[in-house]
Amino acid sequence: MHEVTLCICKLLYKISNWLVWRHGRSAISKGKAYIVGAYEHPTRRADTLSVARIHADVAKGALEDAGLSLGDIDGYFCAGDAPGLGAASMIEYLGLKVRHMDATDCGGSAPILHVAHAAQAIAMGKCDVALVTLGGRPRAAGASLALRAADGDAPELQFEAPYAPLTQNLYALVARRHMHEFGTSSEQLAWIKVAASHHAQHNVNAMLRRVVTVEEVVNSPLVADPLHRLDCCVISDGGGAVIVARGEIARSLDRPRVKIIGSGEAPKNAGAGKLDLSYSAAAFSGPIAFAEAGITPADIKYASIYDSFTITVLVQLEDLGFCPKGEGGRFVADGNLISGIGKLPFNTDGGGLCNNHPANRGGITKIIEAVRHLRAEAHPQVQVANCDLAIASGIGGALAARHVAATLILERD
Amino acid sequence: MVSVGKRKIAAPSPHPETEEYWRAAAAGRLLLKRCLACGEPHHYPRAICPFCLSADTTWIEASGRGRIYSYSTMGVAEAAYTLAYVTLEEGVTMLTNIVDCAECELRVGLQVKVVFEPCDGGQPVPMFAPA
Ligand SMILES: [Zn+2]
Repeated sequence: MHEVTLCICKLLYKISNWLVWRHGRSAISKGKAYIVGAYEHPTRRADTLSVARIHADVAKGALEDAGLSLGDIDGYFCAGDAPGLGAASMIEYLGLKVRHMDATDCGGSAPILHVAHAAQAIAMGKCDVALVTLGGRPRAAGASLALRAADGDAPELQFEAPYAPLTQNLYALVARRHMHEFGTSSEQLAWIKVAASHHAQHNVNAMLRRVVTVEEVVNSPLVADPLHRLDCCVISDGGGAVIVARGEIARSLDRPRVKIIGSGEAPKNAGAGKLDLSYSAAAFSGPIAFAEAGITPADIKYASIYDSFTITVLVQLEDLGFCPKGEGGRFVADGNLISGIGKLPFNTDGGGLCNNHPANRGGITKIIEAVRHLRAEAHPQVQVANCDLAIASGIGGALAARHVAATLILERD
Repeated sequence: MVSVGKRKIAAPSPHPETEEYWRAAAAGRLLLKRCLACGEPHHYPRAICPFCLSADTTWIEASGRGRIYSYSTMGVAEAAYTLAYVTLEEGVTMLTNIVDCAECELRVGLQVKVVFEPCDGGQPVPMFAPA
């Protein structure tokens, strides 16, 4: 390259770096896209529905909610729960004609990441209306929470499989370490389940609608100590979908607008032996999302926090900045997460702990309940008054091993 | 606390870059990988250093001593087993099981030493017992 060209390139690079620093890392996509449709499948046991049919049901529901039709979709997003050749199979089954697709799979947090990627694709002009679907039937199929079938080429497999790591004990390792480092108690973790159950009582579709007490949680059988049965999410069938659209399209629709103002994604793993279980990947995805949105955790009125287990919520609340590291136990205690009682209403649909964990993946339901709040369409008993800012954050994978956090910050327009 | 698993231990399927690790395990030695370019030890072992991408990595023998970083016991009676992370003296933390702890009190920080338990098929797998 000629020296003059090189010099100009370096100058442009410095200017772009300054712009990124001045306006936030993904300023190019901030506020350019809206969630215009959202739909949660009502089923919790899909004995007569195929996985593809569930994806189609939720796609149809989200389109009807938005007031859009099949032909309007030109972008499609799905993850590993989609059957066959993922996006390709679902695009064929649904009859979609798209010019942009993304089948990034990072476990249960994938839909949260997909909404962010859809906003970026829209900002880049790659599509105008994006559909994100999630669906599955592990309950009807009798699947357990065991990790998916082993991939013999996975480099970690031979150093993990002999020790029988499962989803439950891989989250329990984080709970144990948190208790050791910060004095967190089983009773404090139980408050997270108690709060979820207070919300689930109002959700007619929730699997577990009975309000439970701290004592019931800590007296339920140990699954993987120190986690009890009631520290774990439900196993359910079902799914959900959201539609993300360009601003002009969002403004043409007769629905409240939910603007995507910040997003972040981050991986974390065992670090080749440099392991620290005191924090999750949300410690990275959260600050990126808040910086882009230009707000702080104190501004958030409602929080959807992926609750595969109670410990998943506790660690994320700290990592997202709702309380200092190590203070999560005290923060969640005494009903602080219960709508109408506490300072931070969370998972007001009952969450994965009580309502629904479709396809063993809780990301889509987190987005949907946040959208309900920003549209003032949550159940009246749990609706947060004047909810203008909400967060949806999730952890996919295994908290004590490789996982991916995705965080979205949404604003009522 | 019951923590001696009587479950069947899944046999590892070594790749060419990890055969040495399992040969050493069969001889009762726990190996780590160390990078000759940046000096960092790592686990699980790779041919290429995950800290600097140098291909100049070598096997080193670990002392086999360490402390429990975290643990969780799952299952009941004969099927119970304890998943754990153990931080070795070399500073590397590895996923493992704690065994031979029927009479002991499991706790974070407990000193442990490597033992080798035969898996389904006979290959010895490194696990840890109270030191
Ligand atoms: Zn190196």
